[in-house]
Amino acid sequence: MPAIEVEGMERTFEGDVRAVQGVDLEVAEGEIYGFLGPNGAGKTTMVRMLTTLLLPTGGRATVAGHDVVREAPAVRRAIGVALQEAALDPLMTGRELIRLQATLHAIPRDEGRRRADSLLERVDLTDAADRRIGTYSGGMQRRVDLAAALVHEPQVLFLDEPTTGLDPVSRKGIWEEVTSLNREGTTVFLTTQYLEEADQLANRVGIIDNGRIVAEGTPGQLKAEVGHPHLEVTLADGLVEQAERVCATLGKPLPSKDGKVLIELEEGAAGVAAVVRALDEAGVLVESLDLVKPSLDDVFVEKTGYHLEADEEETGEQEAPVEGRGERA
Amino acid sequence: MRSRLTANLRVIFALGIRSVKQTFRRPQLMAPIIVFPTLLLAIQTGGAGGAVDLPGFPPVDSFLQFMLAGAILQSLMLAGNSGGIALAVDIEMGFTDRLFAAPISRSAIVLGRLVGTSVLGAFTAVWFIAIGLIFGVHFEEGVLGVLVAIVLATLAGMAIGGLGAAIALRSGRASVVQGFFPLVFVVLFLSSAFFPEALMVEPAKTIAKYNPLSFIVEGIRDPVISSFSASEIGAALLAIAGLAALGLGLSAAALRHRVRTGG
Repeated sequence: MPAIEVEGMERTFEGDVRAVQGVDLEVAEGEIYGFLGPNGAGKTTMVRMLTTLLLPTGGRATVAGHDVVREAPAVRRAIGVALQEAALDPLMTGRELIRLQATLHAIPRDEGRRRADSLLERVDLTDAADRRIGTYSGGMQRRVDLAAALVHEPQVLFLDEPTTGLDPVSRKGIWEEVTSLNREGTTVFLTTQYLEEADQLANRVGIIDNGRIVAEGTPGQLKAEVGHPHLEVTLADGLVEQAERVCATLGKPLPSKDGKVLIELEEGAAGVAAVVRALDEAGVLVESLDLVKPSLDDVFVEKTGYHLEADEEETGEQEAPVEGRGERA
Repeated sequence: MRSRLTANLRVIFALGIRSVKQTFRRPQLMAPIIVFPTLLLAIQTGGAGGAVDLPGFPPVDSFLQFMLAGAILQSLMLAGNSGGIALAVDIEMGFTDRLFAAPISRSAIVLGRLVGTSVLGAFTAVWFIAIGLIFGVHFEEGVLGVLVAIVLATLAGMAIGGLGAAIALRSGRASVVQGFFPLVFVVLFLSSAFFPEALMVEPAKTIAKYNPLSFIVEGIRDPVISSFSASEIGAALLAIAGLAALGLGLSAAALRHRVRTGG
C-alpha cells in the first residue's frame, strides 16, 4: 500500500484561482518524495489538502491508507506536520510546545514528558528547552518544529519548505535529521523550492508548476531525460565565432553564456578530447574546460521554460494571496 | 468513548492553560483586562460618587459598591476581546494549523480558548472584589455572595469569549478583532453596568433593559449590594447561556467555513 496516493486532486479558490489542477502522484512507504516548484506553484495548497487542513474541490487522496476527506481524524493520527515558516508560538518554551503536541496526540502525561525530553535531545535543544521560542534562531525554530511533529512517531511526515530562509549550516542540519528519520522508516513528503535540497534528499521528485505536475522521477532519471552533459569552453583569445564553428561539428551547439562556448556531448567525457584536438588544430586558445552534467535546474527549464532559482532571485519571497489570507498557494 | 472524552478534556485543559499563560506573557493582552477597568473604576468612583444620592438610585453603601459589578463586566468584555485577538494571532502565525492537523475535536480548540477566558474572568472578579474589600465595600451576602459573583463572572467570561473567538475564526485577523474594542464600551454604556437603568433616558433606557449584559451585571451585582434574588441570578444565567449559545454557534460556523475555504 502506498503511503500517499493522489488521483486528480484539484483545488480552486474564489475568483476561479486554480491552485492545484488534477495532480496524480504516489509515494511509497519509506520514501522521501520531493515536491519541487517555485512560490505559488501549488506546493503548500497540496500539503494543506493532504494534511486535512483544506478540503479539495476535486479528486481524491489517501494518506497512510485513509481518505483525507472521509477519514480525516485517522489521517491526522498517522501524520506529522511541520508547516512553512514554522507555526510556532513565540511565547511558549520549546519544552511546553512538545508537551502540548504530545497532549494533542493523546499521549499519556508521563510518556509525553519522556518523549519531549528525548526529542529535545535529538534536535540538540536540551539547553534551550525552557527558553521562549521567540528567542530561538531560525534553525532552532525549525528543529523544535520538527521535534514537535515527531512526538507521536508518525508514519508519514510532511515538511513544507523546511529550510526556506535558513543559513547553509542550519539547512544541512535539517537535511541530516530528515535523512536519519527516513532511515528509521518514516515516509517523508517534502516541499521545496531549492533544487539542491530535492537532489540531495529525495528518492523521487515531482516538479509542480502552475498547479500541475510537469515531471516526476528519481533525480537521476529526470536528469537523464533532459539530455547529455555539456562542455563549457572558456576561451583565452576571445575567438568565439571560430570556436563555435569548430564545436558545432562535434556536438549539439548550445547558446553561449558569459562568453563561454557551450556544446552538448552525446558521449559525455569521452568526447572532450576530440573537442580539445579540434580547437587546437583550428588555432583557438582555450583557457579552461568544464564538463557539466545535467542538473535538476536543466530539468526544470526543459519542463517549464524558465529557471527555478533565477525565478526566485527575480521574484524574491513573492506570495500568492488566497482567500483574503496571506497564504502561499 | 470514555477515553476519547478524557483525551478531549485533557486537550481543552492544556489549551486553556496555554491561553492563560499567553495572556499573562503578553502585556498588550493583559493590560486592557486589568488596567483600563481599574482606572475607569477609580475615575468614576472618584468623580461620580455623588450619584448614589439621586432619587431612583439603588440603595447602596457607596458608589464603589455599585460599580464593582460594572468593572468586572467591563474586564470580562475586554478579556473576551483579548482572547479573540490572541486566537486571531494564532491563526495569523499558523499556530492553529498545528491544532487543526492534530487528531482532536475542532470544538476542543475553541473550548480550550474559552476555558482560558473563563479563568481570566474568575481572576478579574477576584481582583475587583479584592479592591472592594481594600476600600471598605461591604458584601451584603458575605462569602457566599462573593463566590456567586465569581462563578457568574467565570461563566460570563466563557460566554463572552465565545463571541471574540467567533470573530477571530471568521476574520482570521487580529486587527479586525481589535476593531471591536470601541464597541465594547458602546454596549457597556448601553447597559446598566455603570449607571442604573432607572436613571437612564430613552432610547438608552429601553436598550439597557433588554441588553443581555444588563442581566449579567445585575446578577453579579445582586449579592454585592442586596440579598440574593433568584430572579436576578436566574436571568443572569439565562443571558450567559444565550450569549454562550450564540458565540459557540457562530464559532462552529466560522470553523466550518475556515476548513472549507482555507481562510
